[in-house]
Amino acid sequence: MKNINFLKPNKQNFYVYFYTGIALFALSVLDVFLSSFFEINTTSFLPSSISFILPIIIGTIGLHLIRIEYSGIKSLDIINKNINTNTFNAFLTLSIIFLIIKATPPAMSWFVFDATISGDSKEACTSEGACWTYIKIWFNRFVYGMYPNEYQWRINISFILLIGLAFVGYFSTEGLKKYLTLYYVIIYPIIAFILIYYLISGGSLGLDWVETGAWGGLSLTFIVSFFCLIFCFPIGMILALGRRSSLPTIRYFSVGFIEFWRGVPLITVLFMSSVMFPMFLPDGFFLDKLVRVIIAISLFEAAYVAEVIRGGLQALPRGQYDAAKSLGMGYWKMHIFVILPQALKLVIPGIANTFLALVKDTPLIFVVGLLEIVGMLNLAKTNPKWLGFAMEGYVFAAIIFWIICYAMSKYSYNLEAKYKTER
Amino acid sequence: MSDPIIQIKDMNKWFGDFQVLKDINLEVEKNKKIVVCGPSGSGKSTLIRCINRLEEHQKGTIVVDGTELSEDTKNIETIRAEVGMVFQQFNLFPHLSILDNCTLAPIWVKKTPKKQAEELAMKQLEQVQIVDQAHKFPGQLSGGQQQRCAIARALCMEPKIMLFDEPTSALDPEMIKEVLDAMVNLAKAGMTMIVVTHEMGFAKEVADEVIFMDEGMIIEKAMTKEFFANPKSDRTKLFLSQIL
Amino acid sequence: MANRGIDFGYGFLTQESSFDVQFSLIDYDGSHSYARAYLVGLLNTLLVSFIGIIFSTIIGVVVGIARLSPNYLIEKTAAFYVEFFRNIPLLLQIFFWYFAALRALPLPEKTNAIFGVFYLTIKGLYVPAFIWTNLDIFIYSIIAAIVSIIVIRTYAKNLRENQGKHIPVFSTSLAILIILPLLSFVIGGVSLSFEIPVLKQLAKTAFIYEGGVGIPPELIALTLALSLYTATFIAECVRAGIQGVGKGQKEAAASIGLNPNQILKLVVMPQALRIIIPPTTNQYLNLTKNSSLAAAIAYPDLVLVFAGTALMQTGKAIEIVSITMLTYLSISLSISVLMNWYNKKIAIKEK
Repeated sequence: MKNINFLKPNKQNFYVYFYTGIALFALSVLDVFLSSFFEINTTSFLPSSISFILPIIIGTIGLHLIRIEYSGIKSLDIINKNINTNTFNAFLTLSIIFLIIKATPPAMSWFVFDATISGDSKEACTSEGACWTYIKIWFNRFVYGMYPNEYQWRINISFILLIGLAFVGYFSTEGLKKYLTLYYVIIYPIIAFILIYYLISGGSLGLDWVETGAWGGLSLTFIVSFFCLIFCFPIGMILALGRRSSLPTIRYFSVGFIEFWRGVPLITVLFMSSVMFPMFLPDGFFLDKLVRVIIAISLFEAAYVAEVIRGGLQALPRGQYDAAKSLGMGYWKMHIFVILPQALKLVIPGIANTFLALVKDTPLIFVVGLLEIVGMLNLAKTNPKWLGFAMEGYVFAAIIFWIICYAMSKYSYNLEAKYKTER
Repeated sequence: MSDPIIQIKDMNKWFGDFQVLKDINLEVEKNKKIVVCGPSGSGKSTLIRCINRLEEHQKGTIVVDGTELSEDTKNIETIRAEVGMVFQQFNLFPHLSILDNCTLAPIWVKKTPKKQAEELAMKQLEQVQIVDQAHKFPGQLSGGQQQRCAIARALCMEPKIMLFDEPTSALDPEMIKEVLDAMVNLAKAGMTMIVVTHEMGFAKEVADEVIFMDEGMIIEKAMTKEFFANPKSDRTKLFLSQIL
Repeated sequence: MANRGIDFGYGFLTQESSFDVQFSLIDYDGSHSYARAYLVGLLNTLLVSFIGIIFSTIIGVVVGIARLSPNYLIEKTAAFYVEFFRNIPLLLQIFFWYFAALRALPLPEKTNAIFGVFYLTIKGLYVPAFIWTNLDIFIYSIIAAIVSIIVIRTYAKNLRENQGKHIPVFSTSLAILIILPLLSFVIGGVSLSFEIPVLKQLAKTAFIYEGGVGIPPELIALTLALSLYTATFIAECVRAGIQGVGKGQKEAAASIGLNPNQILKLVVMPQALRIIIPPTTNQYLNLTKNSSLAAAIAYPDLVLVFAGTALMQTGKAIEIVSITMLTYLSISLSISVLMNWYNKKIAIKEK
């Protein structure tokens, strides 16, 4: 055993370094593991501050010892190059591992082990963990808002129909493929509007009327997001084209419009829609609250979409415009068949981001008195029979939003990858 | 006869599992010009990138101008100041003018006063014939001009060895000649050069030795005349028939 | 409109406001005018935006760099942070911090002091107040430090260009920045004492802290949520900027003999900053606009104070909403103009 220098682990005395190092590392992890999962303090004979730092010190020394250059063992080399390149890195790695170990038991017990889901009222939730009973009881309200229970089948049918019709593009035959854009941009929204107007809102065809103030919860989130998405996209496209127009009036109007809506917070826009819109409308013309909100949010998001599309239009090489013009295409033909398809493919991530932001902005409609899921949460937590469960509600909503937004961003990522390869 | 300025013995290199250089043995004497050719993926770029340690070798030794290349970072920068490199993609610094591109390293590495650095830079730019572009920015120059500037930038450090990694492969045909001319002038002035290229005309004109590599190994190494007249290996013959 | 009996005018701004605001940086109560109430709201908005910008930048830069770390664990942790906080609506995050997290804090009488002087309670964070003597001398020392740093940098640049001698500018500047203000304490007669918050009992179950500065939980929740949320976007900007500098640049810089610090300072950062700064400024703007969500948790920002309370009291909807929107518009436009000027100035010149 020659040349053992603990400051410079090397390959010659490989086994000494390796086993000592692994042992120390395992020891430190074990210590943290025991203290966090089983609440056993193996070093209780030391003052508390030392036994707190001890695992990190031991672990860092352990990782230092296994940092052997060119050990010849592939997996060791990979690990070393990855998480163990120097002492600082080793320290960070250990901190993260320890953090995860320390955070898991309390989180797991709150979420699962100590949580209650059975029962009917607050009394059922006696434990320290999460009270999922609260969510279970209020689930109906969180999804449908204050919509009368006996009519909720109308919302269910509308959504099932809409989701079904959304997949038409998947099953269409070759001959019908060229009508797909027409379908998605014009026909599908009209169908959606008809469903919303006649089925969900009611008031004719033998169905009772349910005022929009009673709509709420997740279903309202979807309705608002859906219509705003549909409207803001074409408006944004027109604004983007207008901003690049050669006619000064159109250009200045577009620029002014875009900069105005982009410069103010959405909350003030919603205030404006509820307080100022009615003043500008002729007497007796009453615009429903929900309609006002959809118009306001659509115009707001359209300005952002316009900027994103403008980026795509600018990125297209001038040669595309030249080629289209030289073939005799007019302004609209050129844009519809040559420019926009390419520009839109370029900015898929930007548009997806804007759509995501739109979905995340829907909770703001509480300022006009519409309660989508976050609004319903706030309402529920003030109910005197269910005080003190704010945490469960927010965690629930956070999970739902997270799933929706994450799915959307992954979908757009795939879409972008698909179009990249097509080029 | 003095020691060769570059000595590579039994050098092996892996990228993960894949062995990209196998048992490389090479000696380069001062003032010699070596051309390295071969099909893509043969490891030629990796070889010269090991010489200024942009890539690290796992086995064997590389000695450059008397210093062995190892993990000691101090000596890496000293070596790099002695070894100049010209890249296929030029890699000029777009946020600096041509003149600033050339004076950056002399000022910050060799601690040359600015005025002296600029004088030297202008001289080098004149050698490659773009002195009137000195105050322009890389984005305003053509590919050929940029590459010539890259050569001048490397020369401003007054290196002992110049490495060229496919310097003309990214250029339009009409610009290849101006860059090759600059390289020929440099060769005639006595610089030690190792050039990875497909331009066999250049090799015939200027190279002392030609090396053919394939699949990470040196297949054939010979004096220029001998190499083109009597290629020994079948693979060399195949390669030459494809590009000549 | 006139025939609806709505009168239009900005005269109300000078009227007495007769409402109080819970948190204000300047002197204000119900006897002050609506114009002053507007100022209070505006200052509160700027305060939370300023603090938010600083924190989100620090967090964002750290996370952005961590995203590029070759260390698998660090990179995955940073990625997790970004994905987590980015996909949850900001309003929900604000509600979570305010109604759930901060509500779990202890009551004033049950709080343990952190480091003996900080009290984190359900009613807010109480920190010691700074009490200065000769504050002006301290400020002079800081100004003197800044001036001398500028002088040293110019001197160093001259030395480098004329004689090729390099002096350690960074460490020297740091030393000056620490030593000069320190001197003002030692020989300049500046002194700093702290007024530590002290628990006082108002009634049987009502305790507050007197002395010191109380930071309201609304401000804490808003700043936390804004910073954590915006930091995710800034982290992505930073990552894109650093990745946007091609590998060839670093190799070329290395091949001419620059050491890693020099490569970072002279070649990578100048190019990376050009990519990072425009979208980051956009995020700062978003943060400022998002601060208007303060209305949801009753932090008295511009929207809540002016477009909320004042509007309800006076009914002057059009005037108030227009002033509010104009304020935000001015902030946005001035930052846009600044950004455009900056972009033109540092643009990499092309053909």
